[in-house]
Amino acid sequence: MSNTLSYFRQERLPHIWCPGCGHGTVTGALVRAIERLGLDKNKICVVSGIGCSSRAVGYLDFDTLHTAHGRALAFATGIKLARPELKVIVMTGDGDCTAIGGNHFIHAARRNIGITTIVMNNEIYGMTSGQYSPMTPKGMLGTTAPYGNAERSFDLCELAKSSGATFVGRATSYHVPLLIDLIEKALSNNGFSVVEALTQCPTYLGRKNKIGGAVEMLEWIKNQTINAKAAAALPPEKREGKLLIGELHNAPAPEFAGEYGELIHTVQRNFANMKGGLWECASNSD
Amino acid sequence: MPKIVKLMQGNEACTAGALAAGLRFYAGYPITPSTEIAELCAEELPKVGGKFIQMEDEIGSVAAIIGASLAGKKAMTATSGPGFSLMQECIGYASLCEIPIVIVNVQRMGPSTGMPTSPAQADVMQARWGTHGDHPVIVLAPGNVRECFELTLRAFDLSEKYRVPVIVLTDEVIGHMREKVELPDPAEVHPLRRAMPAAPAGYKPYAADPNGGVPLMAPFGEGYRWHCTGLFHDESGAPSNKGEVADRLLRRLMLKIENNVADISDYASEGIEDCELAVVTFGSSAMSSLSVVRRLRKEGVKAGLLRLKTLWPFPEAAVRELAARAKTIYVPEMNLGQLALEVERVVAGRSRVVRIGKVTGELFRPEEIYNAIMGAK
Repeated sequence: MSNTLSYFRQERLPHIWCPGCGHGTVTGALVRAIERLGLDKNKICVVSGIGCSSRAVGYLDFDTLHTAHGRALAFATGIKLARPELKVIVMTGDGDCTAIGGNHFIHAARRNIGITTIVMNNEIYGMTSGQYSPMTPKGMLGTTAPYGNAERSFDLCELAKSSGATFVGRATSYHVPLLIDLIEKALSNNGFSVVEALTQCPTYLGRKNKIGGAVEMLEWIKNQTINAKAAAALPPEKREGKLLIGELHNAPAPEFAGEYGELIHTVQRNFANMKGGLWECASNSD
Repeated sequence: MPKIVKLMQGNEACTAGALAAGLRFYAGYPITPSTEIAELCAEELPKVGGKFIQMEDEIGSVAAIIGASLAGKKAMTATSGPGFSLMQECIGYASLCEIPIVIVNVQRMGPSTGMPTSPAQADVMQARWGTHGDHPVIVLAPGNVRECFELTLRAFDLSEKYRVPVIVLTDEVIGHMREKVELPDPAEVHPLRRAMPAAPAGYKPYAADPNGGVPLMAPFGEGYRWHCTGLFHDESGAPSNKGEVADRLLRRLMLKIENNVADISDYASEGIEDCELAVVTFGSSAMSSLSVVRRLRKEGVKAGLLRLKTLWPFPEAAVRELAARAKTIYVPEMNLGQLALEVERVVAGRSRVVRIGKVTGELFRPEEIYNAIMGAK
């Protein structure tokens, strides 16, 4: 029997998201993955930035940190390095992660710090009511793209991979079992993991672009994707314009906080019998 | 263990003070003239089991130390003007969420890139009002190398005691100047340890006396499972849009400091008991001012020096008392009048306040202050 609700602060529900929003589906997928892995609630810390996605953490019954716009990964880096034994998860959105937080994202990936990052990509700034983001497809409408978005968008998974993330996957709020599987794998990877979850924003992206409501948007998202394994067997013209979903990259490598712990052991061994350093000031401060 | 006697520079003494306070986490980004603090932390922290990380920018640095503090570590960063500007948003976050952190700002000439290797004291107002919104903050200003140790140590204690960000405001001269310093026997240093709340059951992270109380902070990872948000929040930590919740929280945050100005205020003085002429200043400008006051005394002028070691909250009582005696108060500072604004506000016309500003990126020579005083007398 599923115990999913016990991972929520039920007194904080209902959530603030619009009817039809996909963020709740992704939050549910995270909780289900945590439940499957049997992780200790007291050793999980979930960090977010600003935006619709980032409100997820307030509903979760862990140590949770709702930070400043774009900075979730930097706060999370401090937590993970300070206490490597904690399972640190970042919940972020396309604007939070790839625009204002883009630099922290590539550097967290470069370090391969043990943080699982779940990017709820609805291709729009929802909280501020529909401006285009770095993930909005070219040509689509937003309140700041009234004539169609003139900019190109990121491939976030390629960015994560090339920056050094050791696990990368993509799913959608339509492909929920896949999403749960990927989050489970991401949480199991000892390193920087990224799961991009395409989600529907019927209120802004859907309405502005006349895609329809939540159901039509899920259909629209589904039709953009193709499973990575299946795609490998297809000719290029059949893959044209499709987003790959599934496990896209899995290349374990030493995790940063653990490596730093090793460095400390080595330094402490070398300095065990030495005198006269500034560090002696710290001898009564533990 | 005996006292530690060393020839050290201010930045080194800040690092030593932080280590004595229990620093176990440093995140920073290289910037002149503060970089030695990062370099020394990178070298020393692993020896005591602490962590150092060089972040991708100063925003990330302050965010990382807030995260580490939430995880139960004493955490610090150091920077200078441009980096300090970048940190402002998250300083507000730490103020609202009541996360203890220490930031050393080794001031240089600004605005903008300015003169990176030259001293200034022009971040007095930014240190107080740099982030948006009303907010509590404490700012300490060491006047010599030994005080870099003492006040950085004190910054951690105040930060833990009141759960506020504390800024240690030095400058390029204090940071790079070398002096012989006698540090206390480490066994005699007793840094404040963070008080833990009772058992997790029923823990309310922001439950405190509305009249300036300080709530108890649980470190992450210990089973308290609490929510920390930069939105206005109620006692349980839940975000709230209610006006009365915001009002109660913000007033409590301000009262934490306002009710404890006497505890936080710190200053040094010479000859202020009977002075007719006073110099009020801080940091490296106070070094130049001391010899001026002594020279004036020798020349028969009843001069006094009030050197502020706490800039914010502004030590109003000490300045007000001075205004009852001194006909004229001179305020030399390496800016065009920032501390002077506060002195003028508190003095409120009871004494004449004369600003002596210097923005050449050089330390005051004593005769410059002397001549300014003689010219204005």
